[in-house]
Amino acid sequence: MRSLLYLLTALSVIALAAWAYRENHLTQQAMNERSALQREIVSLNEAIRIQRAEWAYLNRPDRLRSLVDVNFERLKLVPMSGDHFGEIGQIAYPLPEHRSSVIEGIEVFGAIRYLTDEDEEDDTP
Amino acid sequence: MIRTPLRPLARVLKARETGENPDLIERENRRLRQEAERDRARGRAEGRLVLLALIFVCAFGILGARMGLLAATEPLELSRGLAEDISSARADIIDRHGRVLATNLPTHALYAETRRMVDPVRAAHELARIFPDIDAERMAARFTDPNRRFIWIRTRLSPEDQQAVHDIGEPGLLFGPREMRVYPNGRMAAHVLGGARFGQQGVRAAEVIGVAGVELYFDEQMRDPAETDKPLQLALDLSVQATVTEVLEGGKRMLNARGATAVLMDVHTGEVISLVSLPDFDPNHRPAPPTEGEPADSALFNRAVQGYYELGSVMKTLAVAQGLDEGSVKPETMIDTRGPLRWGRFNIRDFRDYGAQLSVTDVMVKSSNIGTARIMQQIGAEKQQDFLRRFGLLDPMPLELAEAARSRPLLPERWSDLSVMTISYGHGMSTSPLALAASYAALVNGGRQVTPTLVKQTRVPGGEQLISPGTSEQIKLMLHQVVQEGTASFARIPGYPVGGKTGSADKPNPRGGGYMKNAVLATFASVFPSHDPRYVLIVTLDEPVDTTGPEPRRTAGWTAVPVSAEITRRVAPLLGLRPVRLEQAEAAFAQRH
Repeated sequence: MRSLLYLLTALSVIALAAWAYRENHLTQQAMNERSALQREIVSLNEAIRIQRAEWAYLNRPDRLRSLVDVNFERLKLVPMSGDHFGEIGQIAYPLPEHRSSVIEGIEVFGAIRYLTDEDEEDDTP
Repeated sequence: MIRTPLRPLARVLKARETGENPDLIERENRRLRQEAERDRARGRAEGRLVLLALIFVCAFGILGARMGLLAATEPLELSRGLAEDISSARADIIDRHGRVLATNLPTHALYAETRRMVDPVRAAHELARIFPDIDAERMAARFTDPNRRFIWIRTRLSPEDQQAVHDIGEPGLLFGPREMRVYPNGRMAAHVLGGARFGQQGVRAAEVIGVAGVELYFDEQMRDPAETDKPLQLALDLSVQATVTEVLEGGKRMLNARGATAVLMDVHTGEVISLVSLPDFDPNHRPAPPTEGEPADSALFNRAVQGYYELGSVMKTLAVAQGLDEGSVKPETMIDTRGPLRWGRFNIRDFRDYGAQLSVTDVMVKSSNIGTARIMQQIGAEKQQDFLRRFGLLDPMPLELAEAARSRPLLPERWSDLSVMTISYGHGMSTSPLALAASYAALVNGGRQVTPTLVKQTRVPGGEQLISPGTSEQIKLMLHQVVQEGTASFARIPGYPVGGKTGSADKPNPRGGGYMKNAVLATFASVFPSHDPRYVLIVTLDEPVDTTGPEPRRTAGWTAVPVSAEITRRVAPLLGLRPVRLEQAEAAFAQRH
């Protein structure tokens, strides 16, 4: 009985050692992976920062203004002023339709495709 | 230790006498001895167990504490430049809509380790070819100097230059990573941002520290490693700032002014939406402070915050507001305006003669010095000082700029009765355009004190009540009438009713004594929309001249007002204000009065 106990203990120690060895390696691997990811995050963050700075630089008000001036012929952009605002009352309401006109019929352009027997046949595989 | 004998003679003899077995005594003593032995052993074993348990508790305690610490610390993102205990990280600065005002870019510094150099002379010549300002002979001499092992050559390199240096192929020329502060908008908001420079330098990193403006004021906060990913959000609006700068620059050029400044402020929160001071500079290449000439003429000088000037008639609004708030006058009260008003050997005159008397409203509309002086005469020095102090005009106006605390208003040494009268119309006391903006904001927002701020606010701070809401209402109407009937007629803009007050102050002679004849500081303090002010705009031009007429005109009505009006016309739609017809504004006034 006692020898069996010793044997079991020894086996469990071996198993635990193997497990710890494996865990150690997994941990080291995870740490390597982590630092690789971290390096990637750093470089991506840096890239984002550069792009943001570039975006801000390309959209700086001076440059936009000179672009607007250069392209005035095509875009006809002018500084915003009070008369560019409208009032809701200035927008025309759609005229109320007369019922009679609906009865008289509506002109429709275009082709209407009806479902034919052929279509139904096509649908079946 | 004295051992008890197993067979003590006395007891054995006694036992023999009584016929007992003396062996029992020995056995008894043996038992006692064993028991004592056992107790000692147990005590020792227990001690060891306790010790062991303590060691385990400590070990697990340390492990637990460490784990807790790891779990509680914020995950620190590794970045370049986190070496040698020098952090080059610095938070971005963005405007109120999140547009970038200042950010960092990775770059490299160039240095040389002379021991590793293969051909120092050739390297020096190649460097001189890339950087024209490097003298090849001197650089070669430095490279070959046996006492030098380490030389900084450049603090910042463009990628092209870096490649060119790399192509020299000299192993002794090395690159150190750097973070460079970049202001992508160039001169825009230069006085607010200030600038930055390298601080402590190491091979792997260099500190970036602020030298002026918000960069210096928030330096510690922006360099705090835990805060570097949180950008500093300012109250400035980049597009508004750009528009104000453009119009003000045009106005300064057309009117031949030496300098110009504009402050646009939210009247409720005190947020500075735009702050422009001309001439300005590029914070990417901040110029060195001037060593000669007037410091106030330098591009680095922030006229809106550091410039304390005698602003003239714009200060009359404060005097009239105090008169109305004290109850000593009403808008309709008639004031004696016969001139000149004599005080000792001093005469107070008006720009022209306005007749025998004017109502308080007309004193404002026509800008009568005599009228304002008479209103303030009734109030007296003590109350005037107290009133101005509550508006913050007797102390430096606080703002989140490193420069703000450095200048302070100039006040009369002795607050005489004459000072009371001259200060009422803006002479004898200096005020900065920023402080003026804060005062006007308080006058028209219902009378609550406003603290100017450059940081975006999320709520309206409840300031101290400086004047009653009723007085504030009367002031709004007066400012509206100044534009509609008085000295600021150029400020009538279709769609945006403006209220305001002009001020044209003769500049004091820098060589001392009196005022200059043909040098005027023209100011227009305006609020818009006049019936329900949301923004206050101060425009100040330094020595402007309008030469379109037959004779040069220098008063604010011809100089600062048109510039200010153009700014309002362009900026109001950008601020999201809907145009209002003049009749609507006047109807709103009529309803409340």
